[in-house]
Amino acid sequence: MSKQLQFKLVLLGESAVGKSSLVLRFVKDQFDDYRESTIGAAFLTQTVTLDDQTTVKFEIWDTAGQERYKSLAPMYYRNANCAVVVYDITQAASLEKARSWIRELQRQADPSIVIALCGNKADLAARRQVSEEEAKKYAEEEGLMWAETSAKSGEGVHEIFTAIAKKLPTTTSPSARGGARTGAAARTGVDLNKQAANAPGQNEPCNC
Amino acid sequence: MDEEYDVIVLGTGLTECILSGLLSVEGKKVLHMDRNDYYGGDSASLNLTQLYRKFRPDQSAPAELGRDRDYAVDLIPKFIIASGELTRILVHTDVTRYLEFKQIAGSFVYRDGKISKVPSTEMEAVKSPLMGLFEKRRAKKFFEFLQGWKDDDPATHQGVDLDKDSMKSVYEKFGLEPGTQDFIGHAMALYLDDDYKTKPARTTYERIVLYTSSMARYGKSPYIYPLYGLGELPQAFARLSAIYGGTYMLDKSIDEIVTDADGKFVGVRSGNETVKAKQVVGDPSYFGAGKPAEGKARVKEEGKVIRAICFLKHPIPGTEDADSVQIIIPQNQVNRRNDIYIAKVSSTHNVCAKDVYVAIVSTIVETDNPEQEIVPGLQLLGPIYDKFVSVSTLYTPTTSGQDDQIFVTRSYDATSHFETVVEDVHNVWKQMIGKELVLKKREVEVEA
Repeated sequence: MSKQLQFKLVLLGESAVGKSSLVLRFVKDQFDDYRESTIGAAFLTQTVTLDDQTTVKFEIWDTAGQERYKSLAPMYYRNANCAVVVYDITQAASLEKARSWIRELQRQADPSIVIALCGNKADLAARRQVSEEEAKKYAEEEGLMWAETSAKSGEGVHEIFTAIAKKLPTTTSPSARGGARTGAAARTGVDLNKQAANAPGQNEPCNC
Repeated sequence: MDEEYDVIVLGTGLTECILSGLLSVEGKKVLHMDRNDYYGGDSASLNLTQLYRKFRPDQSAPAELGRDRDYAVDLIPKFIIASGELTRILVHTDVTRYLEFKQIAGSFVYRDGKISKVPSTEMEAVKSPLMGLFEKRRAKKFFEFLQGWKDDDPATHQGVDLDKDSMKSVYEKFGLEPGTQDFIGHAMALYLDDDYKTKPARTTYERIVLYTSSMARYGKSPYIYPLYGLGELPQAFARLSAIYGGTYMLDKSIDEIVTDADGKFVGVRSGNETVKAKQVVGDPSYFGAGKPAEGKARVKEEGKVIRAICFLKHPIPGTEDADSVQIIIPQNQVNRRNDIYIAKVSSTHNVCAKDVYVAIVSTIVETDNPEQEIVPGLQLLGPIYDKFVSVSTLYTPTTSGQDDQIFVTRSYDATSHFETVVEDVHNVWKQMIGKELVLKKREVEVEA
């Protein structure tokens, strides 16, 4: 039997490591060498189908540049089921930044969050400053998933998102874990959009 | 920080964040700064550590209250009117996708020493102790009149001119008792005092219609509330601003508003850096509020509000164990000029640990002993586990800001909702942009 699960995925990492490019490759299979920063959409969604016919829908939140001066709001981490923390293999300092984001996640996010550390720009291996061994060792110590990717060539991109999808709990729905503000289907509260059709001020039945 | 911006926004309170979001969507290059290391300014929701740091710097939160991260305690008590203007902005900007809302479970009003539910259905109205049998019939006629009103159909007017006749005369026409007037004017039209009675009835009519249509929308009360506290609202609008290119800097000291020889805005100085922009807008605390005036006074005082944040270990007695309520104590009932409000939320709204209830009692200060003034409200709460009291001065700008391009928003007032906040957004927008704020229909986004 097929079922669909929905999860919130947040991106983290220093500016210009390729967070948005990674998502653009995953969601639209596109790459643009001269991308402006920020995506301009509230968030993007992409679905991954697993072997057992389970589909996992990611609601992907981009930092929208708010990481630049350490001004990400608590809302960003709230109810995130998984995080992709990105560094640039050609910039040693970007791995240091990734480490501090991971500490921030461990402090702010739900303890059950699935974290993947992602070394991007693998196509520029000639200018490598971060060795595979170093990053992999750190990921193992912290219990993180790890992979190298190239948003430019597409190498490893789909694989890492699929690996995350497999690692997420598929038996319990995110809402049951109290972990989802993920789309109208999972909502338990009131939906303002649905009601928006009723223009306020109409002569609705009076309650008295 | 060497770039030049169209607008610098100071403070991340809700008013500033809505403006920042709308300005970025409009295509303005926005720099948004806050001296605090958290979002929300005076309209923030704080965790326990932040709350104690603010009110009792020498004390840490008792372990008994539970985990820090479970708390989001609002500094100002307000609810969102379901059919009100803030809802409209949330929907039009699509900011709703970052938020989840729940209803406030009930609305109560104080009368003759006890509290009663403001009826939300006809059944409740029939049973309500708020009115006697004959008064119920008179009230029914009054509400039928309001409901049937059509501006272009004089037959529905019953001889009343909403734009000329006072609300007092309309009450008299239907023979409503003073207690019923209190209930309608304060618990439904949400007036804080009785000044409205001598004014034309139109505004009161509109406010009652807003109340009843909001009540009809979700059923239990006319109010909705965001999960994780009101502090989510500024964060959500800040994200909107960021997505449209707004730059965010928290934890940044704002040391000077730099002006040229004519007093016109040039930029904002932080440490020894100055960022230039064409306009600046911010909350009163960035423009001299609460400090001795040096040079031109940009804000003036306009009364004070007392707010007591109370932690309870039980629901408020007499509210049918509701997880969240508003209680209004009309001024007449306690010989005051201004109403006392109680707003209570709980773990249902993810703002505190389980079995804890957060009630905020507030009113406009009338005497030099404000804590004494809120006693009638505190008495309704039952045993109070802990209480954090603050008296805030309300500030309002002295000028429109058009001469010097320095625009100041208003402090958060004593009303129980956000309608005046949105009014302020509209006013400031008009001064800054030179035309009315028109909320465009949002484009439907096709998702992958």
